[in-house]
Order: sequence, then C-alpha cells, then structure tokens
Amino acid sequence: MSFNSFSHELTLFQKIKNYDFILLFCILILGITSIFTMYSTDGGEVLFHTKSHFIKFSIFFPMMIILSFINIKYWHAGSYLFYVLILGLLVWVALYGVTASGSRRWINLYFLNLQPSELMKIAVILCLAKFFHRIRTTSANSFTSILVSLTIIIIPSILVITQPDLGTAILISFSGLIILWFSGLRIKYFIYSFLIFITSLPFIISFLKPYQKLRILTFINPERDPLGSGYQIIQSKIAVGSGGLTGKGFLKGTQSYLDFLPEKHTDFIFTLFSEEFGFVGSILLLLLYSIIIYRIIRAGLISRSFFSRLFCFGFSFAIFLYVATNISMVLGLLPTVGSPLPIMSYGGSSLLATMIGFSIVLSASINHRQNIS
Amino acid sequence: MFDESDNVRKINTINRRLFIITAAKILVFFGLTSRLFSLQVKQNNKYLTLSDKNRIRESKLHPVRGEFRDYFGNVIAGNNEVYQLHIVPEQVEDFRYITLRLKNILNLSEREFQKIHKKRKKIKAWETIVVSDNLSWEQFSKVNNYLHELIGVKTVLSISRIYPFNENYTHVLGYVSQANEKDIVDNKNIKEKFVPGIRVGKTGLEKTFENVLLGENDIQRFEVNAYGRKISQLNYQKGSKGQDLNLTIDTEIQKLCTELLKDKAGSICVMDIFSGEIIAMQSSPSFDPNLFLFGINQDDWQLIRNNPMKPLLNKTINGRYSPGSTIKPIVALSALENEVINPEFTVHCKGHKHPLELYGQTYHCWKKEGHGFVNLKEGMKQSCDTYFYEISRRLGVDRLSETAKKFGLGKKVFGELFENEKKGLVPNTIWKKNALGQSWVLGETIITGIGQGFIQTTPIQLCLMTAQIANGGYKIYPKIVLNNNQQYLDKYKPLFKNSKNIKIIQKAMFSSTNEVRGTSYKSRIDDPKYRFAGKTGTAQVKRITEKDRELDLKTFEIPYEERDHALYVAFGPYKNPRYATSIVIEHGGSGGTTAAPIAKKLFKLIIDRHKLRQSTKGKKYLDI
Repeated sequence: MSFNSFSHELTLFQKIKNYDFILLFCILILGITSIFTMYSTDGGEVLFHTKSHFIKFSIFFPMMIILSFINIKYWHAGSYLFYVLILGLLVWVALYGVTASGSRRWINLYFLNLQPSELMKIAVILCLAKFFHRIRTTSANSFTSILVSLTIIIIPSILVITQPDLGTAILISFSGLIILWFSGLRIKYFIYSFLIFITSLPFIISFLKPYQKLRILTFINPERDPLGSGYQIIQSKIAVGSGGLTGKGFLKGTQSYLDFLPEKHTDFIFTLFSEEFGFVGSILLLLLYSIIIYRIIRAGLISRSFFSRLFCFGFSFAIFLYVATNISMVLGLLPTVGSPLPIMSYGGSSLLATMIGFSIVLSASINHRQNIS
Repeated sequence: MFDESDNVRKINTINRRLFIITAAKILVFFGLTSRLFSLQVKQNNKYLTLSDKNRIRESKLHPVRGEFRDYFGNVIAGNNEVYQLHIVPEQVEDFRYITLRLKNILNLSEREFQKIHKKRKKIKAWETIVVSDNLSWEQFSKVNNYLHELIGVKTVLSISRIYPFNENYTHVLGYVSQANEKDIVDNKNIKEKFVPGIRVGKTGLEKTFENVLLGENDIQRFEVNAYGRKISQLNYQKGSKGQDLNLTIDTEIQKLCTELLKDKAGSICVMDIFSGEIIAMQSSPSFDPNLFLFGINQDDWQLIRNNPMKPLLNKTINGRYSPGSTIKPIVALSALENEVINPEFTVHCKGHKHPLELYGQTYHCWKKEGHGFVNLKEGMKQSCDTYFYEISRRLGVDRLSETAKKFGLGKKVFGELFENEKKGLVPNTIWKKNALGQSWVLGETIITGIGQGFIQTTPIQLCLMTAQIANGGYKIYPKIVLNNNQQYLDKYKPLFKNSKNIKIIQKAMFSSTNEVRGTSYKSRIDDPKYRFAGKTGTAQVKRITEKDRELDLKTFEIPYEERDHALYVAFGPYKNPRYATSIVIEHGGSGGTTAAPIAKKLFKLIIDRHKLRQSTKGKKYLDI
C-alpha cells in the first residue's frame, strides 16, 4: 500500500509492455472501416467527406497515442480545469457561436469547427470521476455531494439544451449520471427519479419544440408522413432491410448511392454500412464495438485508482450509449435524436472527444498500478 | 488516506454495479442484433422490394399500332414517321431565349408559347417538354438549320397514324386521336398501355379492334435517384407491334364509290354474294381522318359538324331509309313462297283516275296513266304499285315481315362489329301492338308492300337482302375483316321453300333492268359480261298530297329536303352472279334516274376486277 502510494515513473519498456494493443488495434480497424464507409458515402470517390475524415483520423489517432503516454495522475489533476475550460467554451458558444441549421453549437477555429458539447461528454465524466474519487462510500449519498455532482451535470446540460441540441444534452446527462451510479448512489434514488420522470413526462412533452414533438409522433408511426418527417426513418429501414444477410456489396448500396438516405455521412452512417455489408457486417461492427467496450472496462478493472476505474467504467458506458442510441435510432427503435456513431460518423469534434477518451483509457491501462492520492 | 475497509466497500459497490450495467449492455446489444436479424434476414424480401421500388422507374413508350390493309395488301391505315420537337430544360442555358427562338422558327402562336412555359413549371428540369408532336417538313428542316445554336432542343423520330386514302375509308376505319379520360376509363387495355399522347380509335374499326391493334409498349427500366433523375438504363424490354388487319375491301372500287357519291349524300356498298365479303362500303359525304390525328382545329371541326349532309354519320349502317320499291322483290318472293299468288297472277292497274280504295283511303300507283294488266314479272319490271298493293293485301304483313327478316332486314348485319349499327324496323301486327299499343290497320300492310310506312332499312341490309336473292337464296354473313374467321353454323342455309321462286324473282329483277319499259332500262349494260339485274326504289320523304299529284313537279323544282331518296339494289353479272350492291342517294329524286346509273359505272369496274380478286384469293395473308 505504502509502496504503491509512491508515484514512481515507469520506464518506456514497462509502458509499452502495459500498453493495450488490442484496444489500439480495434480503434485502428474502426477508423479504417469508417474511412472506407465514408468513401462509399461519397459515391465511390475521394471527395470532401472522405478526405476530411481521413485527415482528421490521421491527426487524432497519433495524437491519441501521444496523449496516452501522459500519466493518468495528470489527467486526474487537470480534470476540474478541463471541465471548467469546456464549460467556458460552451458559454462562449452560447454568446458568440457559429449558427448552422437553426442551432448555435460551434466555435470557428478556422481549421475545425469545434463543437464543445461533444467534448463535454468526456469532461463531465472526467470531472465526476475526480469528484467521487475522493469521497467515501458513506458520504457519496450525502446531500452536499449529490447537490455538487448534479450541478456539475445540469449546468452543461442546460447550456447544450439551449443551443438547442437535446440529443447531446441527454447523452451528457447520462454520461454524468452513470458515474453517480458507480460511485454508490442509492438505487432507490434512481428508481424515484425514474418514476418522477415518467409521471412528469406529459409535462415535459408540453415543453418540447414542435419539431421535437413531431419526431416523437413520427417515431410512433413513421408512415403518417412518409415523404416528410417519416422519410428518414423509412428510407433508413429500407436500406438496412434490403441489405440482407451479406449486403449489397461495397459501393453498391443503392439507397445511399441514389441519395435516398439523408444524413448518410453523420448520424445515418450505420445504415449505409449495414446496406452494403448486410447482417454479417453489422454484427461484426457491433462485435468490434463490444470488444472496445470490453477493453475499456478491463482497463478500469485492473486499475488501482478509483479515478481510473470510475472514468473507464463511465466512458465504456458512454461509448455503449452512443452506439446503442445511434443504432436504435436508425433501426427505428428510438425517435431521431442527433447522436453520432463513435469514430464511424463524420464530425471532427465527436472524433476528437472520443479519441481523448481513449487516450485516457490507454493511459489508465499503462499506469494501472498507479495510485492517485 | 482511506481506511482499508472503505476501499474494499467502494470497490465492491463499483464492481456490483458494473455487473448490473454490463448485463444491461448485453441485453441491449442482443436486442439490437435481433432487430437487425428481423430487418435484414426475416424481412429482407419486403425491404428489397421497397428498395427496388425506390430506385427503379419504368417508362412505357408508345406501342406501335397495327396497320389496316385492303384486300390486295395496300396499306389503308399505316404508321408514319413524324418528327417531334423536344426540349429538356436543364440542358438549356436560357429557357426563355430558346423558346422565343423556337417561336420564331416554328411560327408558334402566343398561346402555344404560353403553353410551353406553363408546362415548364410543372415538370422537373430533366424531364422532356414536347413542343411539337408533328413537325412539318419545312419546320423540321428549318429547325435543323439552327439546331447547333439550340442546345437542349432536339428532334425526335416518332410514329403516328396515317390514312393514305384520306376520306375513302373514314367511315369503315373510323379514325384515331389522343386518348381522353373516357377512353381510358372504358377500356382497361388502353389504361394499361397508356402513355401521354397515345392515339386510340375513336370510331369505326379502329375502335372495335382497339385491343388487337394497340400492340405492346416498349418498356425502359431506369435507375433513378431520390430526386427522380435518371441515372442509368437497366434494361429495355421490346414490345410488339399490334396485329395488322386485312379488310375485304378493294381500294379501287372504294375510290370509285367515293367519286360516284361526290357532292351527294348517300351510300354505296358492294358485297360478294357467296362469301359475304364487303368489296366496297362508302358513305357520303366523308371527311379526312388525318385531320384528327394531332387534334382537329375548331374551324375544320365546325365545318364537318355543321354540314347538313351529316358527314359524321356512316349512312351505310347508321342511316335508316324507307326501302321504297327495293322491297318489292321480297314482297313478291314472300307471296310466292306462301303460295298467295302464282307468277301468272294478274292485277289491273288503272292509273290515278281509279286508284285502289280501301276503307275510304286511296292508294295510287306512281304512274299516272296506270300499267294496265300486269303479272308478277311486269309488276316488278315496271314497279307497279297497284300490283304490290294487291299481293301484299292478300299476303298480310306478318307473313311479309317473316320473309323480310329471313333475308336480313330488321337486324344488325355486322352484329357488334360497328358501334351504333342500326337495326332498322320490319313492322308486323305484334310489333305495333307492343310499340304503339294500337292494332294493325290493313292500309299499313298496303303501303308496307311498296316499302313505305313503318318499314326502315339500312343500305347494308338492302345489300345483304339482294346478295341472298342473287346467290340463289342462301344465308350468308357479311364480313369486312379478312382475318376474322368466325364460323357460323347456319351459313349457306337455304332461306327459301322452293328455289324456283328465287329464280322467278331474279328474272323479274333482270327484266326491270334489261327489258324495255323496265325502271332502270336506261342504265343497262348490254355486254353479257357486265350485264346486271336490279330493282329501283324511290322512297318518299313526305306524304304525297293531292296537290303534289296535280303539280307533278320535277325533282329539281322541289326543295332539297323534300325530294325523294333514290335507291337501287342490283346484282351481277346476271348469268353467273357474284356481286350485289345497294345504292342510296339521299334526296336524289327517283331511283331510276339517280341511283341506277351509278350501278352501271360501278359494275363495270367490279367485274373487271373480279379476276384479279380471284387470283389474289387465298394466296396472301396466309402468314398472318
């Protein structure tokens, strides 16, 4: 115990020995898959999306490797700062952000339109992991800790809702709440709040914007407006369904090639993948995500520090949540909320946030013996 | 910092909760997998169909319509190559400029110009606007001169109907014109094969044989994108041309009929007395069916519609006329068959001073001076009304109508072949009771005997009647479409009780044309090769009053609408009959002066062409 509390630096050899190559390999495979899929969305040509996605991945992937060699204790130390920084960016967005298609989400950094709400998905996990790292099990359920942790979650969520971007706000809240769950918040609190949520649902719905209400109606019955609000989901189902067992083949997805699929670069990229590679390809992709999620959990399980453990578990849940939400959405199991598929979807900020998350996980697995005071 | 036990508790909590969450994750992924399975494997076919429905568009092209040919294989309704002018808006840089240029080049009216712009608003940029569906040669060459400047404009070869013999076949074939809503609703076949601008039969055989003529569409299958733009052609399914139909008509004779009927209202039809083939059938006045192909203009249409001689009416089958004296062969035959008279039965015709009197009504013969003592042959030859008053009085209308119906009067000759063919009317006592609720009066029998009163016949019925007398009294079925090999059980069934009676009637008709004092003696042909036998008829349009009888005006002195219809039925060559004809000239005066001379010209050509027709028979169209 006392031996471990001394923070002693690992040699480079030890670091490489501890490195989670399986996770690294899976991320690389996913990245390559995403570039090829992007190439298909461009109609089998190297056009803007393919180029851009390729460049971003080629920058962020090495960046992730470099960042992963930063000792986890520095992540721990910088957690609050990171959170406050991103929160500051969210406030900046609210004041001076770039507006596109009716919502103000971006900061123009010239080489990249940064979407801080995506980074907040990681920041909130990081921040709460640090917060609960210090707190005893007994005091985890204290009024103060609940109040503080909820504040950490609610402030960015509200900022994101006002952008407006309900989907991301929900994902941020859930990423935060899962840390509360792991840190031992009483289960009855979760049950109570769930019941309160259900009973106040009609009240919440009355606050939704008309287009959001429409999405819910469309989700319940897409056929009510097949050429309007139901179009996306119907076409998406047609694409996936027509893919069959083995798919139509690479670059042969008629639904996407002939422009029947909307948003095929971003939220609906799974549809295109599934159309071209079929049930087998989809299952393999899900398997790849499962391995990644498993490797993240494993990194948490071998870690000594609660911080690493909480972050890894939280991040693994976040990845799971993004994948599950996105796929459920395109398969018509959830209303359409804007949620990208990690790494696969086009979008720099989302890719950046995910890569930062992975670098922390990799750092945690390198430094799993590290104890953080 | 923390005591050991709290650390352990904390780790236990985390791990326990991790277990719950992981279980939930597995459950969710399992759910997603089964959803994928259901969509992609179980419902694959459904979604594959939907996906194809999304991306594949079929476009039907104009089917090629079957042609009509005459007996000798000449095309009488064919397919003509026409040039259409198309614009594809997205290929045009400045749509307004291009259309203005076209307006100048083609001399388009302001209305047509506006129509193009209206259409432009309705369609997508990559769809085609048809500016003209029938460029004249002059327009075509003019456009071709400027075509290199008119990017996005192209001339396209298309196929349209053409009637090379113009007005000659209008009433037989009818005409085609753009399908309207009614055509589509009424005919499932048209609905199935419909493409914008498709021409369908509106009247005549073009309409009757629509389903056979239509043909199958060529089908192009395209892959389209979400906006409906064609991406590539997937396949091209060749359709087939509609069936060609051969008519029994001889165009040369048909053309002669048209010429003979020039400036007259009336009908001529010629029939083969054994096969029932229609050799010619023309109704006058006629009109040029080519006018209807691309939409007739208002002036032409009003001219046709308002013509008092009724060009739209096919008088041969739709015109109803009192047969007048042309009924007399049937009256005489009926009287002989029913043994009411024998050929030597004689009546004394005393002229207008002593008309036949019945129940206070007087019945005059047409001849003022009377015919004196006449037997059957003389009665027919001179068309003595008094003679026929007497024999029809003895015969009675019911027996007369029975014979008339047997020979084809009072029912449709072509069955359902022509729309609106008229049945005509052969009255009898039961008919009058049912239709008018009144009892038959003897006087009505008397006038029925000379083809006046209730009796109504169409020219084609008179022709059939004559043909069946000419062929020795055997039943035939007229036909006009050669390929149509409908079988009739009672074909060639004898219509007589005693064939001698038919012979007597034939001889009487011969004398009417070829003997001195015969009503059509002036129109005879002495050459035995062409010699024909006939019976004139003059049908009153209005009742003759005493005053008229006193005035005794010449035909040209009477107003047109009040003049008598002139009729003539004939068959020839007399020695070995082959053809029968009926001629009706509306308001033509007397049959002997107006209708019979037409037969003289007609028979010359008919018999001259007989050999050619015989040699063609059975040699052609075996491949169809």
